[in-house]
Amino acid sequence: MSATQANRVMLKKLGIVAVAMFGFGFALIPFYNKLCEVSGLNKGGEQELAKNTQVDMSRKIRLELDANLNENMPWKFSSMKPIVEVHPGQLMQVDYKAVNNSDVPITGQAIPSYAPALAVQYFKKIECFCFTKQMLKPHETKIMPVLFVIDPALPKDVKTITLSYTFFNLNPNAQAVAANDKGARG
Amino acid sequence: MDATHAHDHGHDHHPSGLMRWIKTTNHKDIGTLYLWFALIMFFVAGSMAMMIRAELFEPGMQFMHPEFFNQLTTMHGLIMIFGVIMPAFTGFANWQVPLMIGAPDMAFPRMNNWSFWLLPVAAIFLIGEFFLPGGAVAGGWTMYPPLFIQGGMSYDLNIFAVHIMGASSIMGSINIITTILNMRAPGMTMMKMPMFVWTWLITAYLLIATMPVLAGAVTMLLTDRHFGTHFFNAAGGGDPVMFQHIFWFFGHPEVYILILPAFGIISQIIPTFARKPLFGYASMVYATGSIAILSFIVWGHHMFTVGMPAAGQLFFMYSTMLIAVPTGVKVFNWVATMWKGSMTFETPMLFAVAFVCLFTMGGFSGLVLAITPVDIQLQDTYYVVAHFHYVLVSGALFSIFAGAYYWLPKWTGHMYDEKLGKLHFWLSVISMNILFFPMHFLGLAGMPRRIPDYALQFTQFNQIASIGGFIFGASQLIFLIVVLKAVRGGAKATDKVWEGAEGLEWTLPSPAPYHTFETAPMVK
Repeated sequence: MSATQANRVMLKKLGIVAVAMFGFGFALIPFYNKLCEVSGLNKGGEQELAKNTQVDMSRKIRLELDANLNENMPWKFSSMKPIVEVHPGQLMQVDYKAVNNSDVPITGQAIPSYAPALAVQYFKKIECFCFTKQMLKPHETKIMPVLFVIDPALPKDVKTITLSYTFFNLNPNAQAVAANDKGARG
Repeated sequence: MDATHAHDHGHDHHPSGLMRWIKTTNHKDIGTLYLWFALIMFFVAGSMAMMIRAELFEPGMQFMHPEFFNQLTTMHGLIMIFGVIMPAFTGFANWQVPLMIGAPDMAFPRMNNWSFWLLPVAAIFLIGEFFLPGGAVAGGWTMYPPLFIQGGMSYDLNIFAVHIMGASSIMGSINIITTILNMRAPGMTMMKMPMFVWTWLITAYLLIATMPVLAGAVTMLLTDRHFGTHFFNAAGGGDPVMFQHIFWFFGHPEVYILILPAFGIISQIIPTFARKPLFGYASMVYATGSIAILSFIVWGHHMFTVGMPAAGQLFFMYSTMLIAVPTGVKVFNWVATMWKGSMTFETPMLFAVAFVCLFTMGGFSGLVLAITPVDIQLQDTYYVVAHFHYVLVSGALFSIFAGAYYWLPKWTGHMYDEKLGKLHFWLSVISMNILFFPMHFLGLAGMPRRIPDYALQFTQFNQIASIGGFIFGASQLIFLIVVLKAVRGGAKATDKVWEGAEGLEWTLPSPAPYHTFETAPMVK
């Protein structure tokens, strides 16, 4: 094999490695998800029923209810009561209000987020408007409930939990329109 | 390709003027192009740093809008990494690898030409972003979503530029690996290769393994932006944190891509000026290899605050600390090489010694940041800024200066101006510490990074840092003068240049002829 040929072979091999690594970048997404699922490393987002339904009357958790809109979302969205107090184990319902201010029907999806992050595994939702897509007709107002129990196993040092929802616009092109607006605004 | 080409070879002529540089396939020409490109970009990104330090001289907004400030910090990072440090090291590799292993040229000279000429295109894209509506990208060099999914058209241009730079690095790396593995002179076994060649071989493997992953990550950003995918878009069930996992799978090996060639350069220079062979050559090779392997399992230490479970935090904390072991081996070997050597302190050696001291300091602040509970406090503060500037400025950049002073006589045939070189060194090393050392204190006191304005109590340390920054920036003009002077004339350099220099490149005349080692030398 001549020197040039040997180099060509090496070029091919290394080129294949580079292409394979490009694919590997995409494969990382299912890989990481599977890894967390198998190892139980990332409990975030799991919805289980509370094991202990005893109400822990000895303490109260201050629950701050936060409501946000993604920048592409022309709704009004707020919690009916910004702060509620609840005993761990107590079944509780809180309500959010959404108003579609635009002249077109819009489908939205709410994504929850918790502070502190570890609270997520103790916050058991039985019913939530975030489980499904929400469609609001032009200028429609909707009251949306969240029914939940806080697991009494919640560590004692957690005294306040912030539950924050962000509503995203699911209508196609919402993203592109907003991005272009932003570009033009400079 | 035809008679003209053969004629060129025979008589050592080459096309002159601009076309010589555009069409060149000569490794020395391409190395020179890479190095000039890096130097120009160094001043471009450096001037951005000057604007950043000017704005931070006082609290409140003085010179610019906050959005523009964010664009400056983002572009400063992107250009310094992809436009300065990486091309400069590739330039060194192009010049030195064939000379050091006794090869006539790189394995794929035409691909070499292409991988260089992609870079100016990418640079035009990056700098051009400032002139688009909305300005350049402003979400930080790490390109995190959701910001990066929401921005205007400069974000698309940025993704394209990253693709081009990635392609350039991958082709460059394939070229370097093939050259090193297939084109060594007879007798040049792997374990006889100069350390610089070894570190570049390992760096090139890191590049091939990680640059495609970055290309994949930014491709996912692009499809999230325009083609309705939801890799990182929470609205469709995507996860912005997932981007960080993928990005840092590239990003952590990347920081070793930015420092391993520096280790190689320093390992060439210290033995020369200590007039002793490198202490523990084999352990240096193995240490470099283990750093490269470990770099793939520590990415999580960049994201301790994303809500990682304790098991994950502990794993990343311990694996990160483990990297201190092979790095410590290297520092020990450099010190042992100097121990009882007949040392002289010409400019390359001064930069190399400063590298050993200051890089070690940067390494130690890295160890501090590896401790999870400490990192949760220090994440995104100026302490992190201090840490990575100690390893990248007094680490990577100083090694580039050291290498440039070390090999300039071989490249140009003229000795550089030693007085100016020493002035450049002392001004740089002092001002660099004035610039970055106070940032440790700012970070510990809680000043966040990437902000154009800050609370009043941070004023004094910021002013000290800014003054150091301006001196550091101005001192780099001396380097430009030294290089220009050496290119244009000066004392004739001998073939060996340095008394203690060892290796094939020093057996060649100075300046190195256009074609070298057309018949391979024998290595004993």
